[in-house]
Amino acid sequence: MSYLNKILAIVWKDIVAELRTKEMFSAMFVFSVLVIVIFNFAFDLRVSGERVREVAPGALWVAFAFAGILGLNRAFVMEKDRGCLEGLLLAPVDHTAIYFGKMLSTVLFMLIVEAFMLPVFTAFFGVNLFDLRLVLIIVLGTVGFAGVGTVLSAMTAQTRAREVLLPILLLPVAAPVLIAAVKATSGILDGQAMAEIARWLQLLVAFAVIFPAAAFMTFDFVVKE
Amino acid sequence: MAAVAAQPVEPGASPPAIEVHRLVKSFGHRTALRGVDLEVAEGEFLTLFGPNGAGKTTLIRCVSSLTRPSAGTVRLRGEDLSKAATSLRRHIGLISHNPLLYGDLTAEENLRFFARMYDLADAQARIDAALQQVGLFARRRDPVRDYSRGMVQRLAIARAILHDPSIMLLDEPYTGLDLQAADMLRSVLQDLAASNRTVILTTHNLEQGLEMCDRAAILHRGKIAWQGVRTGLDLAGMKQIYRDVTRLA
Repeated sequence: MSYLNKILAIVWKDIVAELRTKEMFSAMFVFSVLVIVIFNFAFDLRVSGERVREVAPGALWVAFAFAGILGLNRAFVMEKDRGCLEGLLLAPVDHTAIYFGKMLSTVLFMLIVEAFMLPVFTAFFGVNLFDLRLVLIIVLGTVGFAGVGTVLSAMTAQTRAREVLLPILLLPVAAPVLIAAVKATSGILDGQAMAEIARWLQLLVAFAVIFPAAAFMTFDFVVKE
Repeated sequence: MAAVAAQPVEPGASPPAIEVHRLVKSFGHRTALRGVDLEVAEGEFLTLFGPNGAGKTTLIRCVSSLTRPSAGTVRLRGEDLSKAATSLRRHIGLISHNPLLYGDLTAEENLRFFARMYDLADAQARIDAALQQVGLFARRRDPVRDYSRGMVQRLAIARAILHDPSIMLLDEPYTGLDLQAADMLRSVLQDLAASNRTVILTTHNLEQGLEMCDRAAILHRGKIAWQGVRTGLDLAGMKQIYRDVTRLA
């Protein structure tokens, strides 16, 4: 219970700080809206009618991924400012609690932004995204993305070129998650049955487990000198 | 005054609160600590002097478990820090030039967060007491980013003592403080020294460092170059020793 309580304390602290500044949420939201608007106009010139459905999943997940990168960049920068990460590392708790706390905060912020983005995307692209199966895909994709992103964010926060380094490291590693999420989203939009997209869902579940598990084992080496 | 060597612990006697043995820390090709040996008895106040770059901060970071040593051991209260870091951290309070506080949270929220991280019972009472001790109770609901440097450092002290640690590590705590804030810090340090806590204070200010210590040591080029008891040592004598040691070593 104590371990869980400390994870929740970190999430609570991140939420309170974010409610006060709204820096991360506003940046993530505005950036993903811009991505969708730009894609919408770009596709409008070259892709018409039913074919929009073919490109929509890619555009959706690019917007989610970019917004996620912005959130991840902020996640550990806030901790590094004023040496707050050291304050966390001094607490009598296994350091993996810090990882799970920061990961949960990132997942929460990403999911809130994604929830706001779905109606915006529906309005611009004219595709109906209100499907419970899609919610499952978004949650799994977000957990996998934030799972690996959190540990890389902790790593890059200690470097000078952190804003540049994070996407360079994260996107290749998170590519399987993004590919699986795009494929599963395409399947939903194409009206496929759950059984047909099952293998992509299995891949998403695997990464939602594997990435946090790998981070669990390596996080202590990442954050300590 | 003669330098004192570390004494071996007699069987049955309580182990030193802090025991550093042949500690080495390298960052790439640069070696910050070159085999440091140091013992601090329970309730003892040790001031560690040394010029910039001597390795004081690295030593404090190793003792506080923030930095993993390249070689050697750190034992706190008789236990190996590398093996029992999670439980031993409960006994450590750290004040450094970084406040380790969140600017977007209020003073009270910061302390409540750390109280949860340390599983403190009667958290609200401890938070109120700590804030009153450092004179910030009236400003407890203001975000820390609105505080002056002195107020931030006072809150950092409240954070460090909130869980009532038996070992206090103070890394250049006077850095950037005005006279009033330095006086406040001095008063809190006097309380710490009087409450039988084990304290290591690092500084290159000889006057501030000598004020409350039981023993002084000089760290130079990653090694303990000199150590001796405070009794009979005045500022002029310490200045001479410091000059000699840092010139010769």
